[in-house]
Parts: sequence; structure tokens; C-alpha cells
Amino acid sequence: MRNVFLFLRRYSVFFAFLVLQIISLSFLFSYNRFHRAKFLGIANEVTGRINTQYNRIEDYFNLKQENRRLHHLNDSLLNLLQINFLKPDSAVRIVKDTIPFDTLGHYRRYLYRDATVVYNTVSSQKNYFQLNRGSKLGIRDNMAVISSDGYPVGIVVNVSNNFSEVMSLLHVQNTVNASLKKGGEFGTLQWDGKDPRYLSLKNIPKSADVKKGDTILTSTYSYNFPPGFIIGTVADISMDNVTGFFTLKVKTAADFFNLQQVHVIENLQYDEQVQLFNDTRKKIEQPKSVSK
Amino acid sequence: MIRNMIRFALFLLIQVYILNKIPQLHRFITPYLYFLFILWLPFSMSRIGLLLAGFVLGITLDYFTMSPGLHASACVLIAYFRPFMIHVLMPKDISEFNYREPSVKAMGWTPYAVYISVLTILHNGCIVFLEWLSFGSFIDFIIKVIGTTAISLLLIFTVEFLFPRQLKYRTNVQ
Repeated sequence: MRNVFLFLRRYSVFFAFLVLQIISLSFLFSYNRFHRAKFLGIANEVTGRINTQYNRIEDYFNLKQENRRLHHLNDSLLNLLQINFLKPDSAVRIVKDTIPFDTLGHYRRYLYRDATVVYNTVSSQKNYFQLNRGSKLGIRDNMAVISSDGYPVGIVVNVSNNFSEVMSLLHVQNTVNASLKKGGEFGTLQWDGKDPRYLSLKNIPKSADVKKGDTILTSTYSYNFPPGFIIGTVADISMDNVTGFFTLKVKTAADFFNLQQVHVIENLQYDEQVQLFNDTRKKIEQPKSVSK
Repeated sequence: MIRNMIRFALFLLIQVYILNKIPQLHRFITPYLYFLFILWLPFSMSRIGLLLAGFVLGITLDYFTMSPGLHASACVLIAYFRPFMIHVLMPKDISEFNYREPSVKAMGWTPYAVYISVLTILHNGCIVFLEWLSFGSFIDFIIKVIGTTAISLLLIFTVEFLFPRQLKYRTNVQ
């Protein structure tokens, strides 16, 4: 027994080294999109506060671009106003309802909230950015995030009381459903971890009519993003000989280098959709214990 | 002690708000400087203390970059190998050193350069290896280690020349 203690004492530094390595590696490998890292909630609050202070200074440097983006978006919204359109018949009036529910069955599906980016990187292979809104203001996991000029930039993956972390589209594990504007063929949008200006869109069928410069939109099949937001344009087309699908190189429309103001979009039916999807899978794939 | 705490905060803030934010030079290069904190800790620090300091530094940076464990692992690794490096390069007892911390003055040019380079390669190799485990190809891995190390060394020597540390010469009287 004495020898055991002597042994432990002699190699105490080595054991301390092993223990600390094991702790850090277990943190690293237990963390991915779906599993929370240890103490991340508390750490998020602290880093959030420091980031906010820093952001108050940094924001001034981007004000000009930010203003231009905002102006651009306002412009496109002005174009949607009803006064821009003449009605062919005075007996017909278009009435738009802003109440979530009405007797005709219109209801709201997407809800927008504004937020400010307080920390952002593009240099890693796994990029996240932090927003100054958290669960107190209704931000939840899996909400979509678009930039102030209306281009998709990421998905919320973690929230604390006052801050939230967003997984950027520039993250090798992030996948978004996207489709071609022209033909409507859809595929999976990923990032290959190399150039932050380009994403790659996989699994586009050979039959699709694609040219350089075509627009890529968020798909109608996405649970997070509302359909029809512009992700980017096709920069290069290559054919995967094994699967026979196109892989498109997409130039992102969003400017990830200076994100400042963003909108967080909540899909009010998200839980219901995902629940139904999971239930269906369970129902079909469960072992048939009942006799035929 | 206070001096090291100020250094800790300063290195972290520089790494998080300047080096991680500057527009990328190239996809193979991420400038790392913060681990110089560990290389500059005093000779007299115990080995357990070194390990703990490394772990705390790494995990703090990790919570800023949302990659818990990545930098902590690399920092603990170099904190563990630091005493061996010093022992191999300067085979003498701690009390014989005339300066408090590793520097050009305390160790001489060649040993100090070797000390910095080996630990930098170790640190960057560890980080890139852990990133590579989940993603990437082998050629990328090698080039990335070389690129990142080169830029780190450049930064470290720039810091050495621009901000000479005021180190007191220790006499036996103390």
C-alpha cells in the first residue's frame, strides 16, 4: 500500500497532466451541435457581457455599410406596399390581416425579432456568432437568423438568459436545405471549411438546368428558414461522377465579414413539424411486434 | 503574480478581439499568440501550477470561441513539456537562474529560440490535429501546422522586439 502512495506521489505531475487532458478532450468530444458543452450557459453570460462592451466600439466602424444595407431592405419593403399597385376593379379590395388568427384560417407562421451580433469569427472551420438576445426575449434553439439585408446567415444552437449562440452557415457541420430559383430542384447546402466566400450545394439532380449566375434560395422544405430568401449565386458547376449529382459552388450573398444587425426568425410550427416527422419515423420503423 | 494576471487578461483579449477577428490571410493560417503567456511564466512556478495555469488559460479562450476543450488540451500539453524543455536546454537548478522568467537575456539567443519554436510547433500541432480529427485531409493538416507555426513565431519575435520586458537581475542576496 505504501508503495502505491509513493508511486502516486512520484508521478503526481504526470497524473495531473493526464487528468487535465482527459477533462479537456472529453469537453471537446462531447460537444457538438446537439450536446451542450459543460457550463456553457454560465460562460455564455460572462463572455456575452465582455463581447457587448467590445461591440459598442466596433459597431461604429461598420455603420456606413450597415446603413446602406438597411436602406436597401427598406427600399425593397416599400416596393411591396399596396399603394404601389392599382386595382383593376374598385369593387375588389385587398385586405391584409395582421392578427395571427382569423375566421378565414389565415395564421402567422413566421415571427421576426431583431438582434445585434456581439461576437463573430470566420477564420475557424467551426464558426459561431453571439447575439445580444436570449431566452428572456423568446429566442429558442433552431431559429433561423438572417442578416439585415435579408440573406440567411445561420441557425441558433444555444441560448442563455440574455445571449444566444448562432451556428454560422460557415460551419462544417451546418446543413441547410436550399433550392434553385429557376427549376426548384433542391439539395443540401454545406460549407467545405475552406473559403468563407463560397458554400457548396450538393445533390442537385443531373436533369436540372443550371448555369453560372443562377440564384439559390432557401427551400420550401426547410423547417428553420422561410422559403424564398436568397442564399447566393452559382459560381461554379461540377459533376460528381460516382453519384451522378451536380455539386454547385455558391457565392454567398451575405457578407459574413461584417455582420452587425440581424433578424431572428421563429417558425411557430417548428415543434409540430419535427414532432410529426419523428412520430412518423417511429411508427413506420418500429419492429412489428403485432401479428399480421 | 499581479503582473502575470494582467498578462493573462491582455493575451486573452488580444487573441479574442484582434487575432481571431482580423481578415483571414489564407485558409491555412490562424495567428495564435496567447500561449506565450505560458512560455513566459516564472522559472520558480511548480509543475502542477503550470498545468493548472495552462488549463485555465485554454478553457477561458475556449468559451470565447465556442470550442470547449480544444485550446485547453493544447495548453496543458505545452505546460507539461515546458519544464523538460528548460531542463534540456539549460541544465541547471532553478535557484541558479539570474532572471525570473524565460527570455533572451536569461537563456541566450539559441536556447531561447529553440525553446519557443519547439513549444509553438507542439501547441499548433495539437490544435490542428484535434481539428483535423473531425474534418479535413492529411496534406491540409501538414500545411496548416507549418503555416500556423510560421505566423505564430513571427508574431512572438515581433512582440519580443517591440515590447522588451523589464527584467530584474537577481542576485544571491535576495
